[in-house]
Amino acid sequence: MSIKMTDLLVIGAGPAGLSASIEAARLGAKVIIADLNMKPGGQLFKQIHKFFGSSAHHSGTRGIDIGRMLLEEAKSAGVQIWLKSTVIGIFPGGKVSIEREMDDGTTELVTLMPKELVIATGASENAIRFKNWTAPGVMGAGAAQTMINVNHVKPGNKVVMLGSGNVGLIVSYQLMQAGCDVCALVEAAPKVGGYAVHAAKIRRAGVPILLRHTIIEAKTDSNGTVSGCVTAEVDDHFNPIPGTEETIDCDVITIAAGLKPTMDLIKLAGCKLTFDGPFGGYVPIHNEKMETSVKGVFVAGDSTGVEEANTALDEGKIAGISAAEALGLISETDADEKRKEIWNRLDSLRMGPFGQRRKIEKEHLIDLYNKEVKEQKAFA
Amino acid sequence: MSQRISEHVVLDVEPTGKKVTISVDGKEIEAYEGEPILSALLAAGIRINRYTVKRHEPRGLFCGIGQCSDCSMVVDGKPNVRTCITPVKAGMIIQTQDGLQAEKEAAS
Repeated sequence: MSIKMTDLLVIGAGPAGLSASIEAARLGAKVIIADLNMKPGGQLFKQIHKFFGSSAHHSGTRGIDIGRMLLEEAKSAGVQIWLKSTVIGIFPGGKVSIEREMDDGTTELVTLMPKELVIATGASENAIRFKNWTAPGVMGAGAAQTMINVNHVKPGNKVVMLGSGNVGLIVSYQLMQAGCDVCALVEAAPKVGGYAVHAAKIRRAGVPILLRHTIIEAKTDSNGTVSGCVTAEVDDHFNPIPGTEETIDCDVITIAAGLKPTMDLIKLAGCKLTFDGPFGGYVPIHNEKMETSVKGVFVAGDSTGVEEANTALDEGKIAGISAAEALGLISETDADEKRKEIWNRLDSLRMGPFGQRRKIEKEHLIDLYNKEVKEQKAFA
Repeated sequence: MSQRISEHVVLDVEPTGKKVTISVDGKEIEAYEGEPILSALLAAGIRINRYTVKRHEPRGLFCGIGQCSDCSMVVDGKPNVRTCITPVKAGMIIQTQDGLQAEKEAAS
């Protein structure tokens, strides 16, 4: 076991973590970024659709290309990227334990003592429970998306999608691009959850969108894997209406029921949390520097409330700048100026019927911080 | 029939890794070096990775990003390997996991 020192450790090499590490490294920080996956980029590399927003937010660029760009920038800024590296502990005194798989396949336990820490662990998919929901063939929509877009393998051939938010809509379309047959999209609410432009693509392709419906059972074949899906209409309280059951022949059921911020390490670091429904669950309260109630621990991206890759990129930048400021690499005035510009840009993303709510929630988190955190706890 | 995507409107789906063979429950299948073990299994139509300890229920791909552990298998004798985030190496021996060990050992 060895102890290493570094200026900044970033946990999670998705859009938030990568952009935090790039900003801090460009300002002169020695940065290590740790991620448990085989490849960096988080979920960007499965997003093969073009992004919305302004040019400052890479509108018209595919997520996968933004991922490639970030990797190049991180490398040229001198960021050390540790893959297959799982953070397994955060201890008093600012020690972070990482189980790191080396090139020869052996694992090494490394203890890092970073001066500052950015936690950008993202989010995980929610599940919806119905009979046999654990059968092979029932999976997260994101899992199916990873298989088709990253690994280029179809998880099955005939898919029923549950949930009509943007993930459900986009992944349905991408499953069709991969050559799968999307049999139906099932949505309990009386209207489609995601953007109309995505829903139109699905409808044009002839996929029935079953509103006010849910899945009550996965049918399985003799070896226990999915062979069908039983849907039912729901009443105003989302309870299935007996007698409305219909069986759809399929071998995959994908669940797109939203995401939940991944809180394990943020909790472990001792950051103060609050429950925030629209943001997907428990999230850390933080200030405008993206710093938590623990001094020197910064957060960014979906782990501070589920949004989108664009907002994660910008929050990551703020966290990176703030970490560099804490390291004394940039003056408070200069950092404030940079942060202000990014917050303004974030405001332009948090507009409209979907974005407005997120702006309110984000401001709420910052308000809570200002009210509740009189004195930050020490990390290092 | 392989489940691999052979053409795609946006992506270049040409495999980049070297074609190798791995053994799955004693049967040889084709795989590409560096891809997740789980991909090679799905490509070959294998959808069950393990059976649960108490109720012996099958589990397969669920999260695909190393968080849920439903795709755990015995790889080169080591149980609980998350096949969705473990890359293929030539000649790997993969076994369906039954409870906490390989299926056949559990049966004997």
